[in-house]
Amino acid sequence: MAASLPTIGKAQIKLLEKLCNASAVSGDEGAVRKIVINEVEPYADELKVDAMGNVLVKKKGLGAKRLRVMLDAHMDEVGFMLVSDEGEGLFGFQPVGGIDSRVCIGKFVQVGNNHTPGVIGVKPIHLTSADERKRNPSFDSLRIDLGPNGNANLGDWVTFATEFRQVGPSLFAKAIDDRIGVATLIQLVKHAPENIDLLAAFTVQEEIGLRGAKPAAYAFNPDLGIAIESTPAYDFPKHDGSESSYYNTKLGHGPAIYVYNSSAIDARILVEYLKETAINEGIPYQIRQPGGGGTDAGAIQRTRAGVPVISISVPGRYPHTPIGLCRVEDWKNTLKLIYVALKNMKPNLLREN
Amino acid sequence: MKKLIQKLTDTYSPSGYEEAIRDVILAEIKELAEDIRVDALGNIIAKKGKHGKRVMVAAHMDEIGLIATHIDESGFVYFTSVGGSNPRYLPGGHVRFVNGVLGVIGSERISKANVVQPIDKLFVDVGATSAAECPVQVGDMAAFVHPNVQMGGRLVAKSLDDRIGVAVAIETMRRLKSGPNEVFFVFSVQEELGTRGAIVSAYGIDPEIGIGLDVSHTGDTPNSIRRELALGAGPAIMVKDSRMLYDPKVVAWMEGTAKKAKIPVQREVLVGGSTDARAIQVTRLGVPTGGLAIPCRYIHSPSEMIDYEDVENAVKLLTALLSAPIEL
Repeated sequence: MAASLPTIGKAQIKLLEKLCNASAVSGDEGAVRKIVINEVEPYADELKVDAMGNVLVKKKGLGAKRLRVMLDAHMDEVGFMLVSDEGEGLFGFQPVGGIDSRVCIGKFVQVGNNHTPGVIGVKPIHLTSADERKRNPSFDSLRIDLGPNGNANLGDWVTFATEFRQVGPSLFAKAIDDRIGVATLIQLVKHAPENIDLLAAFTVQEEIGLRGAKPAAYAFNPDLGIAIESTPAYDFPKHDGSESSYYNTKLGHGPAIYVYNSSAIDARILVEYLKETAINEGIPYQIRQPGGGGTDAGAIQRTRAGVPVISISVPGRYPHTPIGLCRVEDWKNTLKLIYVALKNMKPNLLREN
Repeated sequence: MKKLIQKLTDTYSPSGYEEAIRDVILAEIKELAEDIRVDALGNIIAKKGKHGKRVMVAAHMDEIGLIATHIDESGFVYFTSVGGSNPRYLPGGHVRFVNGVLGVIGSERISKANVVQPIDKLFVDVGATSAAECPVQVGDMAAFVHPNVQMGGRLVAKSLDDRIGVAVAIETMRRLKSGPNEVFFVFSVQEELGTRGAIVSAYGIDPEIGIGLDVSHTGDTPNSIRRELALGAGPAIMVKDSRMLYDPKVVAWMEGTAKKAKIPVQREVLVGGSTDARAIQVTRLGVPTGGLAIPCRYIHSPSEMIDYEDVENAVKLLTALLSAPIEL
């Protein structure tokens, strides 16, 4: 199967829909892993599932000197876990990964492998004091309610029960972080450029501390690492018309190239290389605002004797809530930028400084 | 050594932008080691000696700073901190971006003058009048500007954390005869963001003993919390910090060596903070690790202060430690 230009069309959007609708909270990635293996197995030179559940795929290139490039996308999503059974189908629960309790209330959820339907319940407003309404409700004060016949067990994982939708240029779904990275990486495995060894890691447990990427990077021992992610866009206009200085990224402005976040300083040689590639190819890009947040790149960077890394993201609004939103055009441009950057990668890239 | 310290503290290299300081260090040490290399993250690893114990000595070459997050339409640069830059120390300060652009940190006049402004309310003014004219881009890093000022036996400069550790390492390399140990001097990157350079360089070296060289807070200022450490009373032998217990065998070796050589030392239990030593200690199967610290006032401000005597004594002690065969 020769390398050909990967694209985002109906089939890819359909695959993203399947990936986003699957339930795969950190530690319970089986449903997404199955889809991934099904998609990439025919294309892989080597495929294995490691002890933690990462899917590690090798696509060997041709030619003598090839960079070993690790590409990473995490399969897990944020969600919840049932922690106490109070009878009558009422369960106490806690978040898995970073979720704001405010976005949970009154949402449909699905519990366990059977996708048992439930709702996140809270004390009604009729009974709530003015003082209580000023504070964020704690997770302890919320319940997942399955009704008396609801079939669930302590330790069951829970996700929002959101159905994927395409509306004009936009995609609405849960878990766009990071199923859009997974879908992108699947495309890259299917169209792997032959000038590099492509080492694809579909990782577990990113949302609870970059746990899967560590052993994945240790196993691959790559020359460089690229994390493919979805990063928040908080690009609302300000009510008073003043200029916003804090937005992280903006929808419609192309792939977001990282330079600095809490987990890693991105290798400048890779930042410059991606920017140059984007400019040469006429692909729009934006710099993700430096600041907090983390990606698997942080874990990859500090593996063994050190790995130069970079992260690149499709911008998305409302991540870690029941419904995120992103633009197909940003996704297309992200895939294109990564693909062209890989295809043009020279063996001496890292020695250019 | 004063000249060397000046050269090191006059160099601007916030975490991740260590090229400038790396070049200065490489030029200083090129005749002082048998093998010098730069690893994948930019750490300098310089080896001296071929036999005996594999000892890793780490001093970090990065410094704290800030990074541009947004350029507004009037050309003001918004930023966030790189490492532990404290908003208390920022307004009115001068900074230098790695592309050479100078700026001053501004803040608005506020009604409550005694309230520290959070970092997102501050901005850098580089003299631009519009975004188009601003010579700084989102993602550009800057470091503090402060002259190197001698005050009797003391020195005030920016980035003494940890250029003073770098100076101690370089001076020790100069005085150390190729001895009975295989010593790896590491000038590490990105310590201020979580000892990232030390994590990977220690893995690569796989040492048998580790020594971290850094600064530590003193307790000798007017309203300081009760702490023993004082400027001028000798380098500090680290016993504990907030993330590690220094290996008692290494502490004993350091104290014994200091006593024999009649070098004054102090013991340090650091509250709040850690160093590259921690990264070395938990590498691979574990490494017995100690720490030697230069007492320092006003750490992470643009005006850090040390005492030259402590520096000289640190070099003497480190040289003595590395010159004899090591049995822990």
